[in-house]
Amino acid sequence: MAGFILKRLVQSVFVMLAVAFLAFSLFTFVGDPISQMTGVETSLQDQARLREELGLNDPFVVQFMRFTGDMLQGDFGYSFRTREPIGAMLLSRLPATLELGVVALVISLVVGIPAGIYTALRPRGLVSQSILIGTLIGVSIPTFVIGILLIFLFGVQLGWLPTFGRGGTVQIGWWRSSLFTGDGWRSLVLPSLTLGLFQLTLTMRLVRAQMMEVMRTDHIRFAIARGVPWRSIRYRHALSNTLIPVITIIGLQFGGVIAFSIVTESVFQWPGMGLLFLESIRFVDIPVMSVYLVVIAFFFVVINLLVDLLYVAIDPRLRVRESA
Amino acid sequence: MPETGKMARLVRSEGVWLFSRSPSAILAAIATVLIVLGALFAPWIAPTNPYDLASFSLFDGLLPPVWADGGDARFLLGTDDQGRDMLSSILYGARLSLSIAAMAMAVALVLGVGLGLAAGYFGGRLDAIVMRIADVQLALPAILTALLIDGISRGILPRALHDDLRVAVITLAIALSLWVNFARTARASVFVERNKDYVQAAIMMGQHPLRIMFRHILPNIVGPLLVIATVDLASAILLEATLSFLGVGLPANAPSLGTLIRIGMQYLLSGEWWILWIPTVFLVVLVVAINLLGDFLRDLFNPGMR
Amino acid sequence: MLDVQGLTVRFRDRHGATTAVENVSMQVAKGEIHGLVGESGAGKSTIGAAIMGLLPAAGEIASGTLTLGETDLRALTPAEAHRLRGKRVSMIFQDPQTSLNPLMTIESQLIETILAHENMSIDAARTRAIALLEEIGIANAAARIRAYPHQFSGGMRQRVVIALALCTNPELIIADEPTTALDVAVQAQVLVLIRRLAQTRGVGFILITHDIGVIAQISDRVTVLRGGKVIEQGPTPRVLGQPEHPYTKALMAAVPRLDRRMDRFHLPRIAGETEAPAHRATTREAEDWLMAGTGTGPGPALDLSGITVRFRGERRGLFGPRADFTALDDVSLSVRPGTVMGLVGESGSGKSTLAKVIAALVQPAAGEMRLDGMILPPMRARHRSDPSRRLVQMVFQDPYSSLNSRHRVIDILSEPLWLYGLEPDAGRRDRLARAMLALVGLDATAADRYPHQFSGGQRQRIAVARALLSRPGLLLCDEPTSALDVSIQAQILNLLKDMQARFGLTVLFISHNLAVVRQMSDDIAVLKDGLLLETGLSETFFAGPRAAYARDLLAQTPTVRFDHPAA
Repeated sequence: MAGFILKRLVQSVFVMLAVAFLAFSLFTFVGDPISQMTGVETSLQDQARLREELGLNDPFVVQFMRFTGDMLQGDFGYSFRTREPIGAMLLSRLPATLELGVVALVISLVVGIPAGIYTALRPRGLVSQSILIGTLIGVSIPTFVIGILLIFLFGVQLGWLPTFGRGGTVQIGWWRSSLFTGDGWRSLVLPSLTLGLFQLTLTMRLVRAQMMEVMRTDHIRFAIARGVPWRSIRYRHALSNTLIPVITIIGLQFGGVIAFSIVTESVFQWPGMGLLFLESIRFVDIPVMSVYLVVIAFFFVVINLLVDLLYVAIDPRLRVRESA
Repeated sequence: MPETGKMARLVRSEGVWLFSRSPSAILAAIATVLIVLGALFAPWIAPTNPYDLASFSLFDGLLPPVWADGGDARFLLGTDDQGRDMLSSILYGARLSLSIAAMAMAVALVLGVGLGLAAGYFGGRLDAIVMRIADVQLALPAILTALLIDGISRGILPRALHDDLRVAVITLAIALSLWVNFARTARASVFVERNKDYVQAAIMMGQHPLRIMFRHILPNIVGPLLVIATVDLASAILLEATLSFLGVGLPANAPSLGTLIRIGMQYLLSGEWWILWIPTVFLVVLVVAINLLGDFLRDLFNPGMR
Repeated sequence: MLDVQGLTVRFRDRHGATTAVENVSMQVAKGEIHGLVGESGAGKSTIGAAIMGLLPAAGEIASGTLTLGETDLRALTPAEAHRLRGKRVSMIFQDPQTSLNPLMTIESQLIETILAHENMSIDAARTRAIALLEEIGIANAAARIRAYPHQFSGGMRQRVVIALALCTNPELIIADEPTTALDVAVQAQVLVLIRRLAQTRGVGFILITHDIGVIAQISDRVTVLRGGKVIEQGPTPRVLGQPEHPYTKALMAAVPRLDRRMDRFHLPRIAGETEAPAHRATTREAEDWLMAGTGTGPGPALDLSGITVRFRGERRGLFGPRADFTALDDVSLSVRPGTVMGLVGESGSGKSTLAKVIAALVQPAAGEMRLDGMILPPMRARHRSDPSRRLVQMVFQDPYSSLNSRHRVIDILSEPLWLYGLEPDAGRRDRLARAMLALVGLDATAADRYPHQFSGGQRQRIAVARALLSRPGLLLCDEPTSALDVSIQAQILNLLKDMQARFGLTVLFISHNLAVVRQMSDDIAVLKDGLLLETGLSETFFAGPRAAYARDLLAQTPTVRFDHPAA
């Protein structure tokens, strides 16, 4: 068990290092930081001095280690465009994205898992077939179109909900939250629905496929053959076996939530990290791009480590090794 | 060889039978074929050439589709603000979207299947390296990868060159975000196949690894790869549309379906609904149809799920 | 107790409907073990599923009555049927590895099943579960009940499965191939347990199996099925001892005997079956070609000395040592030229690994191999063009996976001719491949078809043809018949014997089945846990094995004891 977790930990560190390397290469090779930082009027001598001061003449490995070390200490450098510290920029945008992502993920799980179970248990029912067709269309509509549709319907036609921004927010320490005002929640509805709908369809289809597979296994057939109540067969025996692979993939899906939050934030002008990233691409603000990259990968890696821990908690085959 | 292989036999018997009994698959196939043909032959069947500035005039701007009030018989689906025929724009747009998606899918397929086969067959260090790269790629979701590549290319390429290379950049960006699917599927399938006796027999006989990989193993794993290819084609179309929508994809003078939708967004609040909704519906129908086909193929190769 | 009358089960498919079981009648009394025996496709499992009310969605009972005690099983509503399952009828599945929920302890699975059918407290249920586990042969049950399924060995797991089927005191238990996935020693124990439970508890068993030895050992009555129809039915000693129907006779003749060696299996022709007529001229061509390549003398001698194979295990704990697994430990063995060496052992004994070492599919950690005195390089050192690649050929266990399903038979067969440069001319390769098909008893038209169009036995013939087309000297046969029905097994064994004798091949014949090995081998070697326990002349071994383990193995192998002089 400890070995399993250690292995995953090492893998995670490897992934993080690789991403950091990617980010650093981006930083170093794409565009010249000096010419980005200075104007035309800066003399070549000044440029050379700056280069030396910033350590840009050091060997590549030394620079990379410094880059990684700075990151570990929370020093993410400065934006080319705004000259602000990137750490502070991201931190101010982080709550918006996290709240959006988490609410969307909750929507996708709370609706997706029961719907998946239902359609797996009654595969031929009318409701199941409709849900299946619905989800197929769901995975086929681009997120931004879903956003446009929702804006059109609830914002423009019905005028029920706001279509951009976070609405009323409350400041708690450095965290600006829209979860504490009615207005904030109303603003959150459409973006999180947009983001959650796509994940929901994926979750549902995954749960369905896994559940149908589990229902065909020998141990379920044996449980049926010895007359274990159907409720227990479905929700105790089958569901727990279904969730093990599902949890893994939901961990991977978190990456999808983050990625599509870029799109959602763009459609709803939601002031999160995704929007910041889009702006940084448009203005070729390399430092912001590379830090964003590292931060996203970090989230992804942490979530997947948590998933592995959960895995160990659920599966006795990983928890208990010795024979009885 | 594959035409007479198990694939084809499956298609000839079970596949065709199931297909004939699945109205959704038939509809999806018809829709896909129609759209692909329309896109392929756009230069010949489209009423006008939307890239040719001389072929449209501002006087025809913002005309609604034929069936709506004020529609003009020349413009079946209406016109945009420039007076461009919507039908032509959509056909040319679909042509661009489909060819980018198909090229990206092809690149991802060759790259992914090649790496996946090799990783699965040789195992060991090569496998570890390929899979770690795949892990990193997985930590960076498709849209992020594509956006990054676009961002990088803006950073290193001069502006004019970047505009010229946009199609290539976006194809590469999409391909790079899709190869992992192929690689993982191919690798997992190879792991299963490699331990089967027919492969062991080939190894034992001393056949060349390349021959074993491509002549023995590959034909046996086309099923799952075909499913992935179909689903990924749909993802590629969506990805391209999303990138274009975000404004980092294709420019407005050579609009893909996504670009058309982005342009149409400006008319969300005005009365000219067709400029937004017609390309949107077209895109969704195309992707739904391809995904339906993907679902059908998945069921076909996974008989237990039926 | 159980009365089945005129049971007919149909399966709907796209061609209409196929009849899987036709007009089957049978009775099971209290405490009786009723064997259902037949080859694949005989409909034995379908009968079990019909009694349980668990036919797949496409299947339906077309006619017949099923009565358990006073209950008409066909008249039950789905809910009533589900309540009856476990309470009055239960079932044991083939594979104990997959029959238990891996995420729940044995305790919660047992208690849940008891409480589903009986009105008692959890503590009472636990007490009953522990008592039952003790009865079934699990020592220290009070503690071990808290374990998860993966913490038990295969045989113990099957005991737990039996306990689960038994915990609500059903009248009837349907056991579907309950020992097929188990080793001989464990199989013997499980069979004894079933016999004991039938006697002491008065439970009726329906024992579904393809293994006539198992039936002969413990069943009271037997029903022989073929193609969904009852061929013969009656008390086991009568049916197996003096079979009346030609099919049963043929089946009995095909069962390899443990008590004596026969030159060939004498397989009487069953009505309705035709054998492909062999064209002498065609088979001669293949024969002459083989003779021209291998010469008339016996095949090469194989000498193994000190073969050791280790597989890397997982690390124990964070920095603990690797738990390496020694699959073969210093095995030295010689196969005399032109003879058959039988290699026996339970699963995990390392017998397949040894074949793979010789075939260069597994790298040994130590040891030396010689083929006719010449060094036979191990896996990493054996070049692709090494002459031994051609000389050493193998027939694999699973005929469904040993032939590439995407290649035509002719392509599969021509491959060695082309690869080893035996025949440069494509037309001649084609002719030879077809001639070889005729030699192994297949029609020449088989060449243009794909493997999936053939039965398991026919595929194994193709595999033999492929091996022969390399002009081999040494043939490795790794459980070549264990995936086949018994009558097909006899045909393939006959074929292998014929080919071995005619071309003087040296053969290493691997099997877990002692009776099969006795029929095939001149010499024998016994492996256990990677160690070579005993080796010597086959007939001497069967007269009296030296190693205690080998004696146990021999004693535990089920035999068909009802001798009948005619066969």
